[in-house]
Amino acid sequence: MKFLCIPCDEVMKFADRDLPGDGTITALFTCGACGRDMAMLANPMETQLVSSLGIEIGGRTVPEQPFQQTRSKLESPKDDAFVEATAGDASIDAAVNPAEAPAARLSVTWSDEADDRLTNVPKFVRGMVKRIYTDYAKEKGIPLITPDVMDRARTDLGLEGM
Amino acid sequence: MSDTTADAGAPMQEGAKAREVRGYADVSGPTESKMVEQIGSQVARLKARLADVGAVVVIASGKGGVGKSAVTANLAVALVARGARVGAVDADLNGPSLGRMLGLLGSRLEDRPDGIVPARGPSGVLGISTELLIEEGAPLKWKGPDSDKFVWQGVTEAVTLREFMSDVVWGELDYLLIDIPPGTDKIGRFLDLVSEPDQVLLVTIPSEVASSVVSRSATQLKEAGVACMGVVGNMSGYAQPGGGDLLPLFTGPDVSDVAESAGLELWAEIPFDPAFGTLTDQGAPPGSDGDSAAARAFAALAERVEQGPGGRESQR
Repeated sequence: MKFLCIPCDEVMKFADRDLPGDGTITALFTCGACGRDMAMLANPMETQLVSSLGIEIGGRTVPEQPFQQTRSKLESPKDDAFVEATAGDASIDAAVNPAEAPAARLSVTWSDEADDRLTNVPKFVRGMVKRIYTDYAKEKGIPLITPDVMDRARTDLGLEGM
Repeated sequence: MSDTTADAGAPMQEGAKAREVRGYADVSGPTESKMVEQIGSQVARLKARLADVGAVVVIASGKGGVGKSAVTANLAVALVARGARVGAVDADLNGPSLGRMLGLLGSRLEDRPDGIVPARGPSGVLGISTELLIEEGAPLKWKGPDSDKFVWQGVTEAVTLREFMSDVVWGELDYLLIDIPPGTDKIGRFLDLVSEPDQVLLVTIPSEVASSVVSRSATQLKEAGVACMGVVGNMSGYAQPGGGDLLPLFTGPDVSDVAESAGLELWAEIPFDPAFGTLTDQGAPPGSDGDSAAARAFAALAERVEQGPGGRESQR
């Protein structure tokens, strides 16, 4: 999908996206030549179709997690289907992707308040959500995850409902 | 992306152009939506995961009720008995049964950053199935808008099937068996993900109706360029509990005739053995274990797979 500014004959650049929470998506594009903005508004069916592909318009804000689409879309999931990895995240990260080892070596802990908030997330997706926040903290060099850090991550990463 | 039914005004005449605007192919550079790149990255992840698999073996039919899952489960166990490392994907997302047959029910899946660790059954077969993800007795349902589900549901299921292969930490496998649900469209959907499976087993029974559907599937696979296919004649007779000659179960064409009319080789004829079926339903498929006619048939089928493209014996 490309958006063309007709007066300038220029491809418009992706600027931002918004998920208002009603199942729709708004994606903003800007013309680099004249500065004109345009919004692409997708209805719930169109939004679902794109989302079903496991992609994000404008690019991903966080790496795709294992079974991300399956886990986020299943109704009636088995709550205890998944068990978190027994080894520490850092050791597994280092083993899986040595290039990321320095960041992975940063030990991240969760405050009690952040842990409490995480219990509101269904167990079926909790491990995946926890990893997204942990990766965010590692990348930012944050050793302690608090509810405030979770809020910042949600804003920075454009997460909805996490 | 507006609602087309709400578009006002008279339809544009064919060939008419509102304005002179460059078409998609005329505009160079990557897409700003980055959709193509993300799909490309998903495909790359799938290829990377399957790079450690010796052979992808598809078990399909097109027809339902011919025993594909039971054949898959018993073939998997028979291959393990020969020392192979075997994984199995239950691609029948809506009517899963392979997880139960492989004794995987009750397993919890380890969630790691590099992927989901598959369940391991008592026989040593690794597996993944929607049975492990949804509540017992619950039908497979997807979150999403209630209207126009047909638009996105197929895509969602295709992505789940892709995740079952690309997001599972299979490790090094000799064989990854894929149990394809009924419907020739499902075979096509799988080929969209893995265009060149090493081997395809088309399961049929001695029935006119099943034979007709299997012939269609064979044609579809040939047109898609699949090189190695064999027919597995399931329930090719009734194995009496006390032994003796096989009794006929169906009055349809012989499975060898079905294979011949489809231009394919018959790889195995598997009799219906009630005891074998019961054990398989209980999550303990015998595979090649024992001296029953069914066990001997699975031993022969496993050997045939080992000799086929990507098989361990073909590489010696």
